Amino acid sequence: MSDVTLSTEHHHHPFLQHHFEDLGQQHEASTLGMWMFLCTEILFFGGVLCAYWIYRIMYPEAWAVGAAQQNTLFGGINTIVLIISSLTMALAVRAAQLGSRSWQLIMLFSTLVFGSIFLGIKGYEYSMHWHEGLFPGSHFTWHEHPALAQKVQLFMCFYWGMTGLHALHMVIGAGLLLWMMWRAWRCDFGPEYYGPVEVMGLYWHFVDIVWIFLFPFLYLIHGVHHG
Amino acid sequence: MADHEQQLEHAPHHHVTSLGVYFAVFFALAAGTLLTWYASTIDLGIWNTPIALAIAVAKATLVILFFMHVIHSTRLTWVVVIGSFLWLGVLFVLTFADYLTRGWLMK
Repeated sequence: MSDVTLSTEHHHHPFLQHHFEDLGQQHEASTLGMWMFLCTEILFFGGVLCAYWIYRIMYPEAWAVGAAQQNTLFGGINTIVLIISSLTMALAVRAAQLGSRSWQLIMLFSTLVFGSIFLGIKGYEYSMHWHEGLFPGSHFTWHEHPALAQKVQLFMCFYWGMTGLHALHMVIGAGLLLWMMWRAWRCDFGPEYYGPVEVMGLYWHFVDIVWIFLFPFLYLIHGVHHG
Repeated sequence: MADHEQQLEHAPHHHVTSLGVYFAVFFALAAGTLLTWYASTIDLGIWNTPIALAIAVAKATLVILFFMHVIHSTRLTWVVVIGSFLWLGVLFVLTFADYLTRGWLMK
């Protein structure tokens, strides 16, 4: 009797959930589930981007003036920082696939560090915009181009809204990273079972992709061209 | 032991991307970032926006294929990924078909 119990326990990986046939099926289901969620995220950010483009086409001058208020150097450095964090995230998944606990922890921690640097630079930009009077609403005191001020305020609504939503996703990602570091510390992951790190990576890379579009859309609009 | 082997057989045996590929993608993404910044500093007429968009789409494609492992994923994953962007296309095309044509009747 005890032999039967032993062999049953041996047969099941501790993280194989009872409703899956095997770890392979469980892994496919979890990555597919994450992609379904990312599909809703693509449409969520897509809706905001669609509104952004309609107003950009309606008010091209205001959009160019609004983008000119951004610090391209900070935006560019942040883009590179986020790309580095995506690389370290991909390397963390690779370390899990190869069963290296120490590299997993190093790479997850590096991802957290670069993610935090991004949020720090973003926070510094926010405080500068706040003091320049570029926060929409009653705080909006920017009147360098009086004729365009209201439309530049609309651009800044998109700026704060889109970068704010993106930063919120980064903060959630940082929380997920801490959780994954704790699980990696417990030796949960290895070549047979690394689904959670893989899925966390998909989320992190998606947030990176959002920024890949936000950087040219909010920082790099070259002048105005009437087609 | 036989049980253990059977279990391994069913464990995910996924492609492990080489360090070379990951670093090549990283440098391509960094180069794309510099290129999109440089392209924004020169006057390319009506081409500034399409070029910025094309670079961003190329960068996003690299991330999706290699960092997100879609290139080694199942066909079902491909369907979901491509489907996501098809729906995004529907969102943009139908909305623009309204907003961008509103002035036409007045002319």
